[in-house]
Amino acid sequence: MLLFTAKKFLIMVGTLFALLAITFTISHVAPGDPAALAAGPDATEEMIQQIREEFGLDKPLPVQFLIYVGGVLQGDFGTSIHTGREVVSDLARFFPATLELVLFSILFAIAIAVPIGVISAVRQNTITDHTLRLFSVAGVGLPMFWLGLMLQLFFALKLGWFPLGGRLGLLTDPPTTITGLYIIDSLLTLNFTTLLESLHHIVLPAVALCFPALASIARVNRAEMLEVLSQDYIVNAKAQGLSKFRIVAIYALRNAMLPTMAMIGLRFGWMLGGTVLVESVFNWPGVGLYAVEAAVASDFEPIVAVTVLLGFMFMLANLAIDIVYGILDPRVRGANI
Amino acid sequence: MTQENIIMAEERQATWRERHQSTIRQLRLYAHTYSRNASAMLGLAIVALFFFVALFGPLFVPYPEDATGAIHLDNKLQPPSWEHWFGTDEVGADVFTRVIVGARVTLHISLFVTVVAMLIGVPLGIAAGYHGGRIGQVIMRLTDVFLSVPALILAIAIVGSMGPGVQNAIIALALAWWPGYVRLVQSKALSIRSAIYVDAARTMGASNFRIIFVHILPNCASPIIVKASMDMGMSILGIASLGFLGLGAQPPYPEWGAMISTGRNYLPDWWWYSFFPGISIFITVLGFNLVGDGLRDVLDPRGRK
Repeated sequence: MLLFTAKKFLIMVGTLFALLAITFTISHVAPGDPAALAAGPDATEEMIQQIREEFGLDKPLPVQFLIYVGGVLQGDFGTSIHTGREVVSDLARFFPATLELVLFSILFAIAIAVPIGVISAVRQNTITDHTLRLFSVAGVGLPMFWLGLMLQLFFALKLGWFPLGGRLGLLTDPPTTITGLYIIDSLLTLNFTTLLESLHHIVLPAVALCFPALASIARVNRAEMLEVLSQDYIVNAKAQGLSKFRIVAIYALRNAMLPTMAMIGLRFGWMLGGTVLVESVFNWPGVGLYAVEAAVASDFEPIVAVTVLLGFMFMLANLAIDIVYGILDPRVRGANI
Repeated sequence: MTQENIIMAEERQATWRERHQSTIRQLRLYAHTYSRNASAMLGLAIVALFFFVALFGPLFVPYPEDATGAIHLDNKLQPPSWEHWFGTDEVGADVFTRVIVGARVTLHISLFVTVVAMLIGVPLGIAAGYHGGRIGQVIMRLTDVFLSVPALILAIAIVGSMGPGVQNAIIALALAWWPGYVRLVQSKALSIRSAIYVDAARTMGASNFRIIFVHILPNCASPIIVKASMDMGMSILGIASLGFLGLGAQPPYPEWGAMISTGRNYLPDWWWYSFFPGISIFITVLGFNLVGDGLRDVLDPRGRK
């Protein structure tokens, strides 16, 4: 098990390095000129040249890359040419917000999708099944950003049930920083007003973000449940007179959860991508919004850093799924990776 | 598509028909199986409507000049009515006209992205799967790296470094989209490479070129078709997302995502402005997904999972 994990981890480090190299190359050979953009429209050629030298953009590309990698290894992701702030401190500030949103959203998706999958499978080809399937097929095609806007329109602007955006109300102080995740921090410091308020704020963005994931997790879970429910050992369990609940919830669901987990891992990655959209809609101060602002301004360093960070998170999620898979299903461990 | 082939096939002469009898029978079976799947037929209807609107819609729109930036300020932000089915926007342009013209824009872009992704991904997949060896390994590692980050993020990174705009957004999406095809084709080519009929062809002196075009490619066709039809939908979502973020098409270009992006400033009172482009994206993507699902059931029943 240890060897299995170590092997996966090594591959991950290699992939991460390659990802860094690729994003760096793409962002530095592309025809945009960040120095000219940062200097503004009225800048003279000397001013642009000065910015280039200051940020090392005048050096040859391989040298720039080596300097960059050297910095990354020391935890330095460069400086935003647009705002002049350190990218690392920006990431440290914005990342907890994204993590909170994605984690909350994936838990939300699992909590709804798995029961939908199970009920659909148990009641195969009934009205319930058709309705739930239609719901999950529709979810895959729903543009998240538009869903977010419509949720805002209806639940925030028309009904006034939820706030329009942000992590907390303007007048509320954030809880004492422990993890940076407001929900957890306010729980740990027993600050229940802030807890309620941050929960209140996270609902709409989380729903918008989780919808496509919810749909596909439910679909996979349904298909797997159907397959497991037709196995011999389920027939055997029925013959032995076990209750229906026990058969479905314990015998079948456990086995159907393995492939469902793979889908959850995959969707987690998609959600990381979706944060750029949902955070823009709900003005959620996370790395997604940060990346979009940087991209609009052709600001390289934050873009490369966010890409690598999200790639890292995605790989970490897949690694976690692999390990859990290995624990639940010993047959996987021996398989070559 | 298959239906058309059958009709065309029936009009040809008997000799051709005899030669292709088994293919015709196979296509007929596909068409029959497909047509019995209600949701797949719904998807086909949506996709057919989308193609029709995209190809011919712009010829019949009520206010063609509104798609190219005409301004009627006396008529701005009107709710949906008989004159303006989807209402008007902040410069008085007809939203219905712009949505219809937007369908053509969307079709152009999504076709381009899907075809380019296929043109990059399929040859690389065949090289990796059929040729294998060190080149194959390098290709697969590279593919893994590209797959290790969500496609939308990669596209944003590329657009960010090239500068926002519809051209750059298209290039970025195509560059972020190909790795999926490599994975798909590589695994298929790898399994066919050692099939007995490929060995037989090789023994008879068939060239690599012939083996690839006569044996490998046709056998990869089904999963590629299924993936391409799903990807049409996904790339529509992708381009609309970039447009919405301000990284793709720029207003007043009639692109659905960019329209929603401007329209959001006019919520909640002028809801129709962002509602109709959004529902168009939703229905179109849904259509392509249903078609993809239906095609998979017919062409590649074992690939369902």
